Amino acid sequence: MKAPPFAYRLAEDLPQALDLYARSAGDAVYLAGGHSIVPSLSLRLQAPALLIDISRIAALAGVSLGPEGLRIGATTPHAVLLEDPLVATHAPLLAEAARHVAHPAIRNRATFGGNLVLADPASEFPAVVRALRAELEVEGPEGARQIAAEDFFLDLYTTALQPGEILRAVLIPPPAPGQLVAFAELARRQGDFAMVGAAVRLVPKAGVIGTADIVFHSVGLTPMRAVAAEAALIGQALDAATIAAACAAVAQDLQPGDDPVLPAATRLHLAGVLLGRLLRRVQGEWA
Amino acid sequence: MTQRFAPDRPAHIGQPHLRRNALRHLAGRGAYVSDLALPRMVHAAFLRSPMAHGRITALDLDEARAAPGVIAVYSAADLNPMCQGWTGVLSHFAGMTSPAQSILADQEVLWVGHPVAMVIARTRAEAEDACEKILLDIDDLPAVAGFAPALDPDMPAAAEASASNLCFRAELKTEGAAAAFDGAALVVEGEWRFGRHTAVTLEPRAVVADYDPASGQLTVHHGTQTPFQFQDVYARQFGLPDNRVRVISPDVGGSFGMKLHLYHEEMATVAASLKLHRPVRFVADRLESFTSDIHARDHKVKARMALDGQGQVLAMEVLDRTLIGPYSTYPRTSVAEGNQVIRLMGAPYAMPDYHGVLEVLFQNKVQTSQYRAVGHPIAVQVTEALIDLAAEKLGLDPFEMRARNVVADDAYPCASATGYRFEKLSHQESLRRLRALMDYDGLRAEQAALREKGIHRGIGLATFVEITNPGAAFYGVGGARISAQDGAVVRLTPGGEAHCAISVTEQGQGTETIIAQIVADQLGLTPDQVKVVTGDTDATPSGGATWACRGAGIGGETALRAGRKLAEQLCRIAGAILQAAPESLALRGGAVVDAATGAERLALAELARIATYRPDTLPEGTDNSLSVAQHFAPQGYPFGFTNGVQAAWVEVDTETGLVKLLKHWVVEDCGRIINPLLVDEQIRGGVVQGLGAALYEECLYDDAGQLLNGSLADYLVPMAGEMPDILIGHVETPTEDTILGAKGVGEAGTAAAGAAVMNAVNDALRPFGARLCQTPMTPARILAALGIGPTERDETWN
Ligand SMILES: Cc1cc2nc3c(=O)[nH]c(=O)nc-3n(C[C@H](O)[C@H](O)[C@H](O)COP(=O)(O)OP(=O)(O)OC[C@H]3O[C@@H](n4cnc5c(N)ncnc54)[C@H](O)[C@@H]3O)c2cc1C
Repeated sequence: MKAPPFAYRLAEDLPQALDLYARSAGDAVYLAGGHSIVPSLSLRLQAPALLIDISRIAALAGVSLGPEGLRIGATTPHAVLLEDPLVATHAPLLAEAARHVAHPAIRNRATFGGNLVLADPASEFPAVVRALRAELEVEGPEGARQIAAEDFFLDLYTTALQPGEILRAVLIPPPAPGQLVAFAELARRQGDFAMVGAAVRLVPKAGVIGTADIVFHSVGLTPMRAVAAEAALIGQALDAATIAAACAAVAQDLQPGDDPVLPAATRLHLAGVLLGRLLRRVQGEWA
Repeated sequence: MTQRFAPDRPAHIGQPHLRRNALRHLAGRGAYVSDLALPRMVHAAFLRSPMAHGRITALDLDEARAAPGVIAVYSAADLNPMCQGWTGVLSHFAGMTSPAQSILADQEVLWVGHPVAMVIARTRAEAEDACEKILLDIDDLPAVAGFAPALDPDMPAAAEASASNLCFRAELKTEGAAAAFDGAALVVEGEWRFGRHTAVTLEPRAVVADYDPASGQLTVHHGTQTPFQFQDVYARQFGLPDNRVRVISPDVGGSFGMKLHLYHEEMATVAASLKLHRPVRFVADRLESFTSDIHARDHKVKARMALDGQGQVLAMEVLDRTLIGPYSTYPRTSVAEGNQVIRLMGAPYAMPDYHGVLEVLFQNKVQTSQYRAVGHPIAVQVTEALIDLAAEKLGLDPFEMRARNVVADDAYPCASATGYRFEKLSHQESLRRLRALMDYDGLRAEQAALREKGIHRGIGLATFVEITNPGAAFYGVGGARISAQDGAVVRLTPGGEAHCAISVTEQGQGTETIIAQIVADQLGLTPDQVKVVTGDTDATPSGGATWACRGAGIGGETALRAGRKLAEQLCRIAGAILQAAPESLALRGGAVVDAATGAERLALAELARIATYRPDTLPEGTDNSLSVAQHFAPQGYPFGFTNGVQAAWVEVDTETGLVKLLKHWVVEDCGRIINPLLVDEQIRGGVVQGLGAALYEECLYDDAGQLLNGSLADYLVPMAGEMPDILIGHVETPTEDTILGAKGVGEAGTAAAGAAVMNAVNDALRPFGARLCQTPMTPARILAALGIGPTERDETWN
């Protein structure tokens, strides 16, 4: 478990990082917290010629609040999401999810951006940013662009980023009035990748559910939006019957595969159980 | 309880002294083989078989030999002829067979991970780079992976050298077994499946072999629990005199039985050093640990229990099938676990009759062998599940059921229906203490109240017997060169302190601490005045070291006798100096005292000074030796059995199948407690390993014999966050076989923790009519028992 030989360059700023990539003939990988890429190198699953360290680029760091929402720099470590007062106030769902991501030592180094770009379908944050309808700000050889979280996660470990593009920050829009959120997951041990998890965002409108975002993780190739379950909620009062209907609808939304310890049918059952628990939790906060 | 120690001796035995090496480890001053860097040292990596069974059709090493940093690349043709093959059979396991093993796979690969070629390079990274440049072609052969193919008569054997996939069959039967079932008022039965798991030591297997051709000396720094065994193995297999082989085992980062087996990589590393005349290092990485460390368990048990109308157990009938590797492990074999399974069934109970059958089967997975609590968890889980089933059928409380059936505390000595002889155990007293410790009746009331609210908690009990202090009957009689005795040299230093070099070893369990306590008591010193040296075949006498819970009972007795022998010698010298009868003197508080009055006569430092620097002043003919050697082999009972009972309190989320461990209790009787802190540490650690097997740990394979979860992200070990508080109580019944009276305790926790938790889970699920019979009890399995999701593919019994 030793990495194959590679070169390492520390990028001072974004242009330098992009330039290093441009001159690498596509054989370079960005290094942020290193908690996914380094194990993957050691297991010899990847063998890039060059690692471009972007962890110290000032433009990728920091959490700030603006009129368009909460901007979280890509290199923000998970631990900051857990503790930052701005995140706690303006994106509590992220803070709640961060508690379930790995363990303190890992959270101290692993970055929010690295987690999203890796696009591990078992990761918590991709589901959360999708549920919050976040925007991803990207910097690339062709300039800057913005990608909706909704369009970012394409497939297993595959995103809408083009080769060489760098995720710069994530913009979380301001919460809608009355918005209620909840996150939970079922994992065999605290900090494990979940058997199933979900982020829920509901916006009440005139006593019924106006908007519903339900995104599961660990149940498909990407963070999975549960469209049928959302439809079962919209326009309804959040009562037991509605919750039951939403949970039942999950079967239309998710087609998980079998894995060695969790058959697909069991995972689907767990998704329904989890959604029911989340919705009942939100129901308790419903004014 | 008998008081064996003169009350006037300062008693460090029995005191909670802190583990001596803990501070050193905390300070980052541990010295593990993994840390060792010797001049001119080179690094080994292995190319391993990617297939479970196949024939090597091409192996081209040329490109690897030319790779940067590479010093040598070896195949079977290079290394295997350097050493004799080894075969893991023992003669007391009548009829067992196994193919022989050699260093590298020669023509046939037998499991995923089987080493095929070895690369030696300046760094491990370069060695791994070069491994990728080896060209290996393998033609697939049918892989035996699982019970169905192993039992299929049409399936070829896992290794071409085997006639069939049956490695060993054993049967135990009392005369009345069949009649007991015929006459029974109640028969309960079931089938249990025990997943394969492995040790997962914090420090993986590590070895640095260093051959010096000028002196003909082979030094092997080896993270093992049994240095003398490996001294003997390396000497014999490579044809060296054993006094030219030195094995040094410094700090060892966990072993749990896994580090006393002979592995291909260690043999290859020694062979490479013999060839290269320089130190060669191999440290397994985590993936290699999963595919080359021994695995354990992998049993399937079908069992019945016959009872009379009062709930008295009459007999058990057991068929235990276990899947090992393509061959039996050397030198302890892969059948010892099954052998203990069928012999430990029903062991706590006054059960007159028994019929047990063991079948040990070959397959194409990494070999299995002894790991903490060998066989115990299986026998205990099956027995205790049957006891609970019977209690349920008879409408008896599980505590009452056990109280009715355990061997009475006044019925000893006695023997089990399976042939084990028990000196003295304390099941009844242990049950009584447990009941009070856990407030059993209060818990039952709480359980009933919570049920009303839809919260499903369960209480599980498991009594057990543990095999400790084994004599030569364990392995020696079968021809194994595994020592059941130990040796110590104890000396008084010229400054009046003590030094004890002893053959038992330390892997973090505190062996050195208890040895210091014991020696200190014999010499009238404090434990910190006793330096203890272990883990170096050149520095201590030879002995069995650490296996099967023997360090305290056998090593401790060795130290005690050595200490007493030195005390007598010191009194003789003092007698000569003081013109006093040696018998009138004793050692206390760092001095020779008058035994009757306690009056100080001569400081030990002064005695040591005279004997060392002024022996000319001693009366003529005085033996001035300040060192003594002592060996000790257990006599009397072939094993020092211990006993105990565990209880688990769990909550099952019946919607998710998740189990929360709320609390765990253990009452245990390991005889004389030398150090209560360390005993509790052993029990807690053992319980946690048992809980790992019950809920988390399983080496998963597909039908082709590919390991599916060879990383700590996928193979789950128990972590602190999920562990319950573990409360411990003690009963102390010293063995009369030794002066010390200590027995082992290292495996007690693991022996019954899983059984207690399975019974607790089943207790929680009772209102649903659901029952778990398979470990680990994963959420999917628990839900399947509740009728949610598919059950696992059922494997036939034939
Ligand atoms: C023991 C352990 C447990 C874990 N448990 C969890 C868990 O429970 N849940 C979970 O979600 N994750 C878990 N993780 C993963 C952890 O969150 C990862 O570190 C994270 O997913 C990747 O972030 P990183 O900063 O370490 O990225 P790196 O490893 O540095 O990079 C990951 C990938 O993203 C690319 N990348 C990184 N940053 C950028 C950027 N700004 N722009 C473009 N590309 C970029 C890299 O090139 C690389 O391909 C665990 C990790 C470990 C080691």
